[in-house]
Amino acid sequence: MKVSIEINGTTVSEEVEDRTLLVHFVREQAGLTATNIGCDTTSCGACTVLLDGESVKSCTVLAAQADGHKVTTLEGLPGDGDELHPVQRAFREEHGLQCGFCTPGMIMASVSLLDHNPKPTRQEVREGLEGNLCRCTGYHNIVNAVMNASGQEVQR
Amino acid sequence: MSIVGTRVVRIEDHQLITQGGTYVEDLRVEELTGAVHAMFVRSPVAHARITVDASAALEAPGVVGVYTAADIDLAPHKAGPVVEPWLADGVVRYVGEPVALVLTEERYQLADAAELIDVDYDPLEAVASIDAALSGQTLLFEDQGTNVLQTKGGDFDDAAFDDCEVVVTQTVVNQRVAPAPLEVRGAACAWGDDGRLTLWLSTQNAQISRATVAKGLGLEAEQVRVVTPDVGGGFGAKIGTDPESVVLGWASKRAGRPVRWVETRSENLVSMTHGRAQQNTVTVGGRRDGTVLAFRLEVVQDAGAYPRTMFLPTFTQLMGTGVYRFPKVETSSRAVVTNTTPIAAYRGAGRPEATAAIERAMDLFAAEIGMDPAEVRRVNFIRPEEFPYNSPTGASYDTGEYGKALDKVLEAGGYAELRAEQARRREAGDPVALGLGLAAYVEITGGDNGGESGRLLINPDGSVTAYTGSSPHGQGLDTTLAMLLSDQLGVPMDKIAIRHGDTDEVPRAVGTFGSRSLQLGGSALRQAADQVIERARELAADRLEAAPDDVELSEGVFQVRGAPASGWVTWAQLAAETELTADVWFGDGAPTFPFGAHLAVVEVDTLTGKVVLKRIIACDDAGPIVNPLTFQGQRHGGLGQGAAQALLEVMNYDADGNPTTATLADYSFITATELPDFELVDSETPTTRNPLGVKGIGEAATIGSTPAVHNAVVDALSHLGVRHLDMPTTPLRVWQALSDARKAN
Repeated sequence: MKVSIEINGTTVSEEVEDRTLLVHFVREQAGLTATNIGCDTTSCGACTVLLDGESVKSCTVLAAQADGHKVTTLEGLPGDGDELHPVQRAFREEHGLQCGFCTPGMIMASVSLLDHNPKPTRQEVREGLEGNLCRCTGYHNIVNAVMNASGQEVQR
Repeated sequence: MSIVGTRVVRIEDHQLITQGGTYVEDLRVEELTGAVHAMFVRSPVAHARITVDASAALEAPGVVGVYTAADIDLAPHKAGPVVEPWLADGVVRYVGEPVALVLTEERYQLADAAELIDVDYDPLEAVASIDAALSGQTLLFEDQGTNVLQTKGGDFDDAAFDDCEVVVTQTVVNQRVAPAPLEVRGAACAWGDDGRLTLWLSTQNAQISRATVAKGLGLEAEQVRVVTPDVGGGFGAKIGTDPESVVLGWASKRAGRPVRWVETRSENLVSMTHGRAQQNTVTVGGRRDGTVLAFRLEVVQDAGAYPRTMFLPTFTQLMGTGVYRFPKVETSSRAVVTNTTPIAAYRGAGRPEATAAIERAMDLFAAEIGMDPAEVRRVNFIRPEEFPYNSPTGASYDTGEYGKALDKVLEAGGYAELRAEQARRREAGDPVALGLGLAAYVEITGGDNGGESGRLLINPDGSVTAYTGSSPHGQGLDTTLAMLLSDQLGVPMDKIAIRHGDTDEVPRAVGTFGSRSLQLGGSALRQAADQVIERARELAADRLEAAPDDVELSEGVFQVRGAPASGWVTWAQLAAETELTADVWFGDGAPTFPFGAHLAVVEVDTLTGKVVLKRIIACDDAGPIVNPLTFQGQRHGGLGQGAAQALLEVMNYDADGNPTTATLADYSFITATELPDFELVDSETPTTRNPLGVKGIGEAATIGSTPAVHNAVVDALSHLGVRHLDMPTTPLRVWQALSDARKAN
């Protein structure tokens, strides 16, 4: 079937199998490989992208379901000129990533979290990111990064 | 001012946070154009005789090849004393064992074709536990005559504990867990027209992978190039390479096509090696004043179906006595095969198991004699003046301040106040019990004695390219090494490129595991830089018409000491004329012994069994800290994984060898909500065993935190009659332990 999705501001129209997952469409048809696949049970969140501004796990959305909608991936996060998006900047400043594999999904989930709750508590950050797994950081610095991105003080 | 020791954000990060890493599945290199996709068909049965009919699959859309054991014409390879087939040959021995390989044009065609492969499984009795293996009723390898494939030590003295006033003994199960890096295993391969194989592999050490793959394919090492793209975590389970990589290389040649492979997570959880899986009986005897007189450790390692890695129980024996000076010590180990996923390294690899056993035993001994667990530890610590200390098990500890580390966490945590709060709750009959858990640990890093390579090149523009044999995959070692070289050479970090993981660029190396990279890889580059500086000083002296001894390197330029007005020479000037390079093998770095102490605080709801980890206070001493940012990051990750094992994670099998936690929906991978903020206390005790004075930090916090959290849970329940329960301390386990204690009383 023919699927058209606006990904990071560019419309990608491709003929794909009906069963094509959004994450594969993003990676293969759109050629954007930041979004990773970490599991097959919707558990890990590595594939998190924004669908019409809301975070979704793109391994559990069919490309067909996103037909005619807008998707934002890590590559499309708006920065200010050459500057990074505040969440990207904060992940670097707070060492919120190590191997980087969960990072694209973690950043997109954090963007969505802050969109809904601009000044979260640390506990709210932990609960908001429960669906995104990280094996490297023990989450401490991810929480710091989200707090930093929200403009709140972080104790290192 | 030197940047070494200051907090420096990572040079790795920009790419990772803007475009994402380039992991093996992200590769879009020309050599992989037209690559076919690969999928292994894996056994759903733990132990069975099999017959395979792949004929229907060959007719499926897009199928390029279907291969089974009958097709593979490679020499068999050994796992320990037995043969591990490339693809299961007549019998399967664990759920997840590869039975066939399918190649298709399109990714989604793989599962369709795999469905059509007809495998007939004729079940055999499964050996699904250590106890079943030891019973010997069913053997995995009849020709071995036993399931016990390795035995070390065990000639015990019956009178070892005769002088003791108190003896405690406990079997401590160190449960099987899944390493579960976020990036599963993946590989891609392509044969060149020159008959050379290029293998892109998610690995912790390309060079050892190259050796394994070349041997498997019957090639010389030079005929294989391994390239390591970004690696999404390894935790020991990506050391070297698994048999799948050899099969992929073989299939790529057979099909005449480049091949891409990435497993699914559910495949990964049953077919990437698991970790831990020991059952350890520990006995401690001593006097009522807290002095331990005798120690015995009997290790049983579940090696899984094929014993790929046999050093784990040996490492556990080596580190068995931990931070303590025990007069009488006896250890033994046995490794058994079972119908389960093979076991290999997982963050700590043998040392967490040792620490878990001794630290549980010290608590049990303390409880038996009615002494505070902190005090019992203090009485038995190896003292600072005793270093270097030769342990009775054969380890040579370099430096340590064990008492200091313990005191630091007790003070930072407010131990006395916490004990008072615990007493208050007990007095009041509070159903939410407070538990305090201690662990004091020492571990061994760079324990493989394998050395490491480092090659340095000053480019004609004065920039630096450093080739390291280490193979970081999240640790931030590029930044750490660039900081050290910047400090040493006076070249800004952004003019230093760190390269690793391509066997054409770095042919000889050992890689990243066992927390070895800074102490060995870093030391190799330190020595390479020393050599380059020495050569450059001679060249600069010529230009400055001075004696080399009078020329100094200061802030990146060479000048005559005390006479800066006489001019200077830059790296670029020297490198434009003469090749400035050095290639070093740092081979004399003996293992080092990081140490520390952890204090965990838990709350346990005694009505439901639910455990909440409230605090963890960690002192981890690995010598001088190069970059506090990544040093803390390694500790955070270690604390998270250590706590995960104590609280939640376990790879379970039923009696027929079926894994019951084989998806991420079932496996209790720890999340952000189950961990507290971490409280870190610093301590820096250098070693003399390498020029940087450093020890490894990659695994230390895992080793300390697991027993600290475990001990905290038992401590919370001790007043209710619970003496021990095994990990993970899930609500059901806790509730059961409380229920059993009530019945016993």
